[in-house]
Amino acid sequence: MKEDTIAAIATGMTDSGIGIIRISGEDAVAIGDRIFRSPSGKRILKKAVSHMLYYGFVQDCENGFIIDEVMAVVMREPRSFTGEDTVEIQCHGGVLVMRKILDAVLKSGARLAEPGEFTKRAFITGRLDLSSAEAVMDIIQSRNEYALTASVNQLRGLLSDEVRGIRSRVLYEMAYIESALDDPENYSLEGYPERLAEKMTLLEKRIKKLCDTFESGRMMKEGINTVIVGKPNVGKSSLMNCLVGEERAIVTDVAGTTRDILRENVRLGDLSLNVTDTAGIRETEDTVEKIGVERTLKYVEGADLIVYVVDASSVLDENDREIVSIIKGKKKIVLLNKSDLETKVTEEMIEELFGDEEGACTIVKISARDGSGMEKFEQTIKDMFSIGEMKSSNDIVVTNIRHIKALEETDSYLKMIKKSIEEGLTEDFFYIDLMAAYASLGKITGEKVEDDLVDEIFSKFCMGK
Amino acid sequence: MRDGFIENADVCVIGAGHAGCEAALACARLGLETVIFTVSVDSIALMPCNPNIGGTSKGHLVRELDALGGEMGKNIDRTFIQSKMLNVSKGPAVHSLRAQADKADYSRAMRKVLENQDHLTIKQGEVCEILWESVSGKKKVKGVRIFTGMVYMCKAVILCTGTYLGARCLCGESITYTGPNGLQAATYLTDSLKEMGIELRRFKTGTPARMDGRSIDFSKMEEQPGDEKIVPFSFSTNPEDIRKEQVSCWLTYTNAKTHDIIRNNLDRSPIYAGIIEGTGPRYCPSIEDKVVKFADKERHQVFIEPEGLHTNEVYVGGMSSSLPEDVQLAMYRTVPGLEKCRIVRNAYAIEYDCINGRQLDRTLEFKEIKGLFSAGQFNGSSGYEEAACQGLVAGVNAAMSILGKEPLTIDRSEGYIGVLIDDLVTKDNSEPYRMMTSRAEYRLLLRQDNADLRLREKGYEKGLVTEEEYRTLLEKERLIREEVSRLKNTFVGANREIQKFLENHGSSSLKTAASLAELLCRPELSYEILGEVDKERKPLPDPVLEQVEIEIKYEGYIVRQKRQVEQYKKMERKLIPEDIDYDQVSSLRLEARQKLKLFRPSSLGQASRISGVSPADVSVLLVYMERFGRQAGERK
Repeated sequence: MKEDTIAAIATGMTDSGIGIIRISGEDAVAIGDRIFRSPSGKRILKKAVSHMLYYGFVQDCENGFIIDEVMAVVMREPRSFTGEDTVEIQCHGGVLVMRKILDAVLKSGARLAEPGEFTKRAFITGRLDLSSAEAVMDIIQSRNEYALTASVNQLRGLLSDEVRGIRSRVLYEMAYIESALDDPENYSLEGYPERLAEKMTLLEKRIKKLCDTFESGRMMKEGINTVIVGKPNVGKSSLMNCLVGEERAIVTDVAGTTRDILRENVRLGDLSLNVTDTAGIRETEDTVEKIGVERTLKYVEGADLIVYVVDASSVLDENDREIVSIIKGKKKIVLLNKSDLETKVTEEMIEELFGDEEGACTIVKISARDGSGMEKFEQTIKDMFSIGEMKSSNDIVVTNIRHIKALEETDSYLKMIKKSIEEGLTEDFFYIDLMAAYASLGKITGEKVEDDLVDEIFSKFCMGK
Repeated sequence: MRDGFIENADVCVIGAGHAGCEAALACARLGLETVIFTVSVDSIALMPCNPNIGGTSKGHLVRELDALGGEMGKNIDRTFIQSKMLNVSKGPAVHSLRAQADKADYSRAMRKVLENQDHLTIKQGEVCEILWESVSGKKKVKGVRIFTGMVYMCKAVILCTGTYLGARCLCGESITYTGPNGLQAATYLTDSLKEMGIELRRFKTGTPARMDGRSIDFSKMEEQPGDEKIVPFSFSTNPEDIRKEQVSCWLTYTNAKTHDIIRNNLDRSPIYAGIIEGTGPRYCPSIEDKVVKFADKERHQVFIEPEGLHTNEVYVGGMSSSLPEDVQLAMYRTVPGLEKCRIVRNAYAIEYDCINGRQLDRTLEFKEIKGLFSAGQFNGSSGYEEAACQGLVAGVNAAMSILGKEPLTIDRSEGYIGVLIDDLVTKDNSEPYRMMTSRAEYRLLLRQDNADLRLREKGYEKGLVTEEEYRTLLEKERLIREEVSRLKNTFVGANREIQKFLENHGSSSLKTAASLAELLCRPELSYEILGEVDKERKPLPDPVLEQVEIEIKYEGYIVRQKRQVEQYKKMERKLIPEDIDYDQVSSLRLEARQKLKLFRPSSLGQASRISGVSPADVSVLLVYMERFGRQAGERK
């Protein structure tokens, strides 16, 4: 009997030198090949020699971005820990990077492993011998207790309150449908699907809000990935220096001096920013600089926040239009630098530049030279990422990757419910997805489905003759 | 004991209600000498509560029972006086058949079947004692003794005592120690069962009043006629043979006045006054319960249903009560149409002894007592249909056990019967268990229309389904297969005729050719409509068309549900050794350990459904079992 393919971060969830993502199961190699590329960009794991390390990189299968430089090893069955085909990816040990790789693996078809599941499989395939059986039992037990403690902690938290709140809404709808199916002479489903669709939209919003906190939570912990863009010589490097507090970027009056991408972790008040300074974006013939521009484009893509620096003392031109088109759709702040000098650019002109892009830009006037406007800059970022609110202890932050998976799953079920309703299917069909959504949410709070439902039916609806 | 007092049989069935009848028929039909005991031969297959068979999810049960070779479906087809398919405006999975029965006819017809069954003997008499012995440390039944002193030696006993064990009926302050309908209660057997180590508990249920139809003004009520097109319960009944004139039911409502009377007299209700000890069912609440728990509901439905063609008595559905009769009269008379009603039989509540189902395994045999089986309300269920299904399963398994053959088991993905039995033996039910569609996880697959496709084969294997019935099934399967394949392989081009046809039915036009199956998937098109453009179609029986349409139209959902079933089956296939010692599994949490010891589940899947056993406990158990298995392997 073949099991499905599972994956997890095999090393601890703390920042360390090296992290390992393990994929185990029938499709492990195929999944590995979906994300791992050799230095020449080829898929090589299918033909890889078992137990040999291969150098390469992990690519996001959706947008093709490189996530990390890694070593990968294929261990073919039965010569692996689980006894199944296994692929392990050794990456840099940052929590973010490990999560991103795991995410790519999961998107490529693996399922997130349950605690102790690799060990469980090792037993099932007969890889673990008798003498180590007792020891492994202990490990699994301790994991369970860890899981238990963790869930108890979360149970006390507000996340589970919110999840339970959403879950009870779903349960109510399930119970309503059940009551109507069970006692059709008493409860009608006339016009119900439409009402349900509306309710699902509301729940989607609540779930999205939770999912968003996962990103904010990550940003709080790991910093906001910020990319500074702007035409050459508008003061990007000065801004960088102002943030870092020392001269790191070369600042000259010659346009295009910054050739390398500089990346710094800086603090802006309470905030932690992973700031990347880029070469000035403009049409260029200079090859060294051209590479810089290409890289900029790539970094813009992966950024949480774009800081677009505009020199208030020189007029907007084609290059600015070019930049605006590149950063379209991203979260961004326009910094009107050199606002202490004579200004040739007004806020209106910038707004016009962005045209009809919705909620396009927030403009902050600063002077990178004397540091004025930086507090306003900080507050703007906080507002943008709702970080001020998040710091209060009453707010929910989703930090656990298992939870976020469950929330995303729920979201996809809610969408399927709406789709079935649109297609005019009857209650018993979209009920399947309602139940699946309920079960997914239950993964967070650790509750089973069945018994709740019957209780809910009887407590909320007057059933039976 | 004198020899003259001893008779021999293979199986003794105690009780001739809906469970007992199916159990006895199954055993006798499988060739075993069977005796069925009842306190009154005139009460065989009695319907002491509602006058109907089927209804939501219960209709599924009856059709499954029929597919397996049971009698209930055939018997209601013989004796129904109104038939209705419920939930037709909803999806196929929740369509459910319900028929009003002529109660007296139903009982008489079933008695006739029993009386003419080879190998089956009907015996009136109260069974007082189960005889048993200890064989190498395990209890084993060997016979029963009845009140007169007669002893019947046998290899298996099936307990189908319904609500008769230690029964007590309550109507306000008046209490009688009788079974339903004033019949004699069974007072001695409980002690014998306790001596065998069986744990008993007390449940309660109730029934509304029966009224004289002549005293009711039907003009103030809404008429509820039967369906024009009658679908039989049994897959073996020809719909043409059961066409008949149907009678109507009637709908009326309670009102504020009714509710006031009830509220003002609550102190006289034995439940609210604390006289009743048993736990009552929430799905069959008394009118007192409805008024108290759903105080904001302005009215409740009341169904007036005929009890038969040869009586004026009508059943007052929705208003069961244990209030004193004077209060009953006053409250009934506030309901429109019942102003002048006369009560023939008063409403009452009944308490009885039953067991916690966890003492049984999935074959409905007691885990600790070889040869002792039980079915029906005695197992903590409620309802004629639930009882009958368990009766058949217990009967077949008693027979299989005697014949040394594989037992009949049905899992949750195979039928509502599987859900019913698994819930009874796995869950902590604190009230009589009624089947509900919400209890079935895989109900898109468990439809009433395909019960034969799901279960006929099993019934045939066990020997309850005739060769002819089985051949009918194979033919149906062939027709379905061929028609599905024809629809998938017949293509229509994007020509003018097709576009016109699609336009007429509000369906978007085709860009390229499409199969008829693809068109059928569109919500606005049906098999019938497609007939306009499907020229090669041959006439097929309705049940075949129904399957074809469902299979194609809902394929996506069905495939998804089948995937869920696969996941479920994986866990069901991991069997827990019978001799497992949970104290040796060191990492189990205390609560889980206690529950596992109590229930002794047969598979990991079943273990995972026990409340108090967490997923983590199941992992621990899995690992332990692997180790256990390997050790056992090494010993060999």
